[in-house]
Amino acid sequence: MSRLRDSVPPDEVGTTTVATGADAVATPPAAPPRRRRFRTHLLVFIAPAAAIYTVFMVYPLLDSLRLSMFAPSDGGQVFVGFDNFVHLLTDDLLASAFWNAVWNNLVFFAVHFFVQNPIGLLLAALLAGPALKGRATYQALLFIPTTLSVVIVGFIWQLIISPIWGFVDTPLLGQSSTALVTLALMSVWQYIGIPMILFYAVLISIPDELTEAARVDGAGGWSTFWRVKFPLLLPTVGVVSVVTYVANMNAFDLIYTVKGALAGPDFASDIMGTFFFRTFFGFQLQEGSSTMGATVATMMFLLILAGVLLYFYGWQRRVESYQL
Amino acid sequence: MNAVNTPTRGVAVGPTARRPLRARAGTAVPHVILLTYVVVACGPIALIVMNAFKSRQAIFDEPFAIPTPDTFDVSGFQTVFERAQFELYFLNSFIVTVSTIFLVLLLGSMAAFALAEYRFAGITALSLYMALGIMIPIRLGTVGILDLMVRIGLVNSLFGLVLVYTAMGLPLAVFVLTMFFKQVPGDLKDAARIDGASEYRVYRIAAPLVRPGLAAIGVYTMLPIWNDLWFPLILTPGESARTVTLGAQLFLGQFVTDWNAVLAVLTLAALPMMALFIIFSRQFIRGLTSGAIK
Repeated sequence: MSRLRDSVPPDEVGTTTVATGADAVATPPAAPPRRRRFRTHLLVFIAPAAAIYTVFMVYPLLDSLRLSMFAPSDGGQVFVGFDNFVHLLTDDLLASAFWNAVWNNLVFFAVHFFVQNPIGLLLAALLAGPALKGRATYQALLFIPTTLSVVIVGFIWQLIISPIWGFVDTPLLGQSSTALVTLALMSVWQYIGIPMILFYAVLISIPDELTEAARVDGAGGWSTFWRVKFPLLLPTVGVVSVVTYVANMNAFDLIYTVKGALAGPDFASDIMGTFFFRTFFGFQLQEGSSTMGATVATMMFLLILAGVLLYFYGWQRRVESYQL
Repeated sequence: MNAVNTPTRGVAVGPTARRPLRARAGTAVPHVILLTYVVVACGPIALIVMNAFKSRQAIFDEPFAIPTPDTFDVSGFQTVFERAQFELYFLNSFIVTVSTIFLVLLLGSMAAFALAEYRFAGITALSLYMALGIMIPIRLGTVGILDLMVRIGLVNSLFGLVLVYTAMGLPLAVFVLTMFFKQVPGDLKDAARIDGASEYRVYRIAAPLVRPGLAAIGVYTMLPIWNDLWFPLILTPGESARTVTLGAQLFLGQFVTDWNAVLAVLTLAALPMMALFIIFSRQFIRGLTSGAIK
């Protein structure tokens, strides 16, 4: 935000002087006060993007928020205030399913956090090494899984760890104790390219003078990495983590592909996305409900908001960013 | 670099690398680790593609063997093309992805140009409003989106998907491209204006200068759309507007036990994006890296 605000005034100055010049050429003597003139091109530039974004993203989001306060009645809908939320959090069946999904989702994220950061960092550090041969090839090969669809990733791993093929004897996806972590690791396997590239981008942007200075001061390679480079990477660890958290909180495709909407065994791999899908569209005995679906979506929004706020106040403010 | 290797130098290097100088071990370790991870990343995909061309017997007997004339078998692919219209699914995915990228880049760059170039009342509020969508996943609005699509009759329509994906891609595009546009030298635009160029013309002069930003956004936009399962599942479940990802998902669900067919579908669905990626990988990575630094 501050970045935006800081950089606007110079533009303003530039545009104003120039536009005046242009006006002077077009209508020399009696140019009307520029500020009053309606600038059509502004509307032409901004309106299409703003309109599509508003109609197909902002409006549906607000409409979902609104629907979470309504309940179906005689073909129409009536306002019920926070009743849906009370129902979601107190109904025996619904509340336990909801908290199970929240907990599983947090575990799903924790696996990402603790596995993708160290591996991504290690790979990025190796790739950013001086005089590494075949860097572009490595980058491309390591990034390939990220280009695949989650559906394909789910099935590839399902086949590979299937006891039928026999590489793995335990049915990792069939046991409640291992299903969720196995799924999370599949997801990490797929997306590791993203933290890797982001860390790599920071590492190559660190000026040589910094590492040179450390070396002159007597720091070895190991301590140069931890004392000089790692602090510069911390803001990116935060960004990667918050982006992963948001993505995990509305993950759905992988679990749905591998375990179906029921997220078995016995809901052991049920996360917010699959819970939302079942609540909205219904499954087996439970009837789907758009208002309860909207309620779950609103709760997902609040969970995401909580995570993002935690990041802003708990991480970003404490971790110093350096302008390189 | 040395930072990471130094302590493990003596440990990880195998007997093959011991003969040369110790310094050479330092350069070998990164390659050993990277190659190991390349096997982790690409091995599973290679295994699937390889076995898609083998007979059922060979798939289970020698999963790691490369298909030979004896074991070569494409019956899986035949099943796929007999039972599902994958040509149609590919076409659908292609239409949706290309149209969306076009709209996101065109409309996103126009809005970004205006936000970077002009000063007007409410610009901060508008920038914030557009940026909000970066952090809020559009999936949370699914109930509202389905409702809207039913009302305007765009269920089971590729156009409906394009609109949703465009709305999804625009916030990041506008945000990132605004930063790119701010770096376009003012002199250039001023010169054009003095020559009597309209603001539209100035935009057309500035747009090619932010090509790295456009490339980065193109990549960011393309992958999640081509690979998305959620919106096709909810908005276009019908056969005529089915995308590859949904088509593969439904097919795989039906033919779980037919390993030849399953491997064939996985190969078919994975190859286009992989081929595209391998061809353009340098640009891909550069785009992502430069996008990341912004």
